[in-house]
Amino acid sequence: MKILVSVKRVIDYNVKVRVKADHSAVDLTNVKMSMNPFCEIAVEEAIRLKEKGVADEVVVVSVGSKSCQETLRTALALGADRAIQVEAEDGLDSLSVAKLLAAVAKEEAADLIILGKQSIDSDNNQTGQMVAALLDYPQATFASEVIIENGEAKVTRETDGGLQTLCVTLPAVVTTDLRLNEPRFASLPNIMKAKRKPLDVKTLSDLGVEVGCNVSVVSVTPPPERAGGIKVGSVAELVEKLKNEAKVIS
Amino acid sequence: MSVLVIAEHDNKSLKPATLNTVMAATQIDADVHVLIAGFECQTVVEQAAKVAGVTKVLIADNEVYEHQLAENISKLIVDVAAEYSHIAAPATTTGKNTMPRVAALLNVSQLSDVIKVESPDTFVRPIYAGNAIATVKTTDAVKVLTVRITGFDAVAAEGGSAERQVLSQVISADKSRFVSEQLAESDRPELTSASVIISGGRGMGSGDNFKLLEGVADKLGAAIGASRAAVDAGFVPNDLQVGQTGKTVAPDLYIAVGISGAIQHLAGMKGSKVIVAINKDEDAPIFQVADYGLVADLFDAIPELESSL
Ligand SMILES: Cc1cc2nc3c(=O)[nH]c(=O)nc-3n(C[C@H](O)[C@H](O)[C@H](O)COP(=O)(O)OP(=O)(O)OC[C@H]3O[C@@H](n4cnc5c(N)ncnc54)[C@H](O)[C@@H]3O)c2cc1C
Ligand SMILES: Nc1ncnc2c1ncn2[C@@H]1O[C@H](COP(=O)(O)O)[C@@H](O)[C@H]1O
Repeated sequence: MKILVSVKRVIDYNVKVRVKADHSAVDLTNVKMSMNPFCEIAVEEAIRLKEKGVADEVVVVSVGSKSCQETLRTALALGADRAIQVEAEDGLDSLSVAKLLAAVAKEEAADLIILGKQSIDSDNNQTGQMVAALLDYPQATFASEVIIENGEAKVTRETDGGLQTLCVTLPAVVTTDLRLNEPRFASLPNIMKAKRKPLDVKTLSDLGVEVGCNVSVVSVTPPPERAGGIKVGSVAELVEKLKNEAKVIS
Repeated sequence: MSVLVIAEHDNKSLKPATLNTVMAATQIDADVHVLIAGFECQTVVEQAAKVAGVTKVLIADNEVYEHQLAENISKLIVDVAAEYSHIAAPATTTGKNTMPRVAALLNVSQLSDVIKVESPDTFVRPIYAGNAIATVKTTDAVKVLTVRITGFDAVAAEGGSAERQVLSQVISADKSRFVSEQLAESDRPELTSASVIISGGRGMGSGDNFKLLEGVADKLGAAIGASRAAVDAGFVPNDLQVGQTGKTVAPDLYIAVGISGAIQHLAGMKGSKVIVAINKDEDAPIFQVADYGLVADLFDAIPELESSL
């Protein structure tokens, strides 16, 4: 079984986000970038399936400029076998990314495609679902457990109401939620080894996909600031304030 | 043209999230239709037909739609899409699961988590965990949106009398099969529509200690929430997680107990009217967004709070 994992390079989750003064975008100059946390979980899940003997090859793919090769090398250091960079401008819309990932998945004849549920920059939560729709594959989003058996993936999903378990026929798309696993760290020898693993670069025309999007950004502004509050000295004072000042309890 | 809202329901009742989504829809166009896809969901239809502002209810009542699987519901929506300028669903796990599929099948973008309608083609949505607010304009022929519930008030549940239309398409999801479900049972208000929430973090120390919060919640009629750390540690189930990648809430009163205030948590509750933080670390970032901060050990403060309510 072959697993395709898609990884995105995003602002590190610890970085304090600043909006550019001209309100055109978020300022990404000299900002630490990392693998999207949900993609780390996706890579980890694929590697575990390989370690269990369920999968025999893990291919990682990223869509973006040359800098996303760094993210791909990280995935290779974690244990992926080979990598594909789809050369494109950074910040493509989800549908375009999904079209490119679907083309790669077809070319690779992947049995399972694992993506993060959400990028922490765009907060879109849509690429995996779109890949599945374009390929007419079934999907299991927000996964907290994945079991492969009899040509199916049995997936437990985190939903607003609790947990739901589905069986989807392979090939299928799975997107990862936080509780699926705890990603490992890459060891130094594996980081060295990763430098020699294959990394192919493909262009949009190699894949025969045209990208484009009808959504334009009008402005990006900082969120409204909350006015600072006060410290209260005791529970009694807190209750008094909530009753008489904020009037949120009676 | 009209706006189609996809109803959030469990085959028994219409979920409040639908009412906020209808509000967003009425700000786009006066003609709002609601699609109910489910099984033996007649009571949901009755409720939806009475919602203020809804002019038509589309009904797809068949066994194949019982679990609202994305594979076939998305195709059902695409089947009726030609009639609509906009298709909107609440940004719940159901909406987030289905709507991107709808958008991809229609070859258009999806706008996630819309918090404001500027005009029928311009919308506002948070990005970067709410640390930036984007205004975006779309020229797609059909505009597919998910609506953040806390961004819009609910329309009245009563007052409308919508016309009904039965859809006869039976589309099965043959590559996806429902196996089981583990739903959290609770008599408390739903997290996303509660007016008071008390949330616990890693500082709670254990699942058992969440009982302390229950005492306060009982007195305030509050829902209980949690940080990711509390869920990861197994103190409470995943459906309680508030944050960037959990639920977004905006109650009148949010009480954060033993929660440090990471940006990912703040992203889910910063819109609350009044925020209270109880934390023993006076430098915890949660105090920067709290209207009322109490530096105290929660194991002293919470029992005292319960007895003084
Ligand atoms: C991709 C991604 C997504 C994420 N999504 C979310 C999300 O949706 N929601 C979310 O919440 N987090 C999310 N996180 C995690 C987030 O970054 C923080 O790790 C998490 O919110 C911390 O939870 P906490 O505040 O409970 O724990 P901690 O940060 O460990 O804080 C515990 C607090 O309890 C206090 N405390 C301890 N004991 C006591 C006591 N006896 N009395 C009073 N106070 C006490 C401490 O002083 C401390 O401030 C996400 C992270 C990533 C990377
Ligand atoms: N440029 C990209 N390259 C590779 N994978 C991506 C890219 N953008 C999104 N993805 C994948 O899609 C998931 C969800 O992203 P999104 O729909 O943007 O929130 C991410 O976790 C990635 O797995």
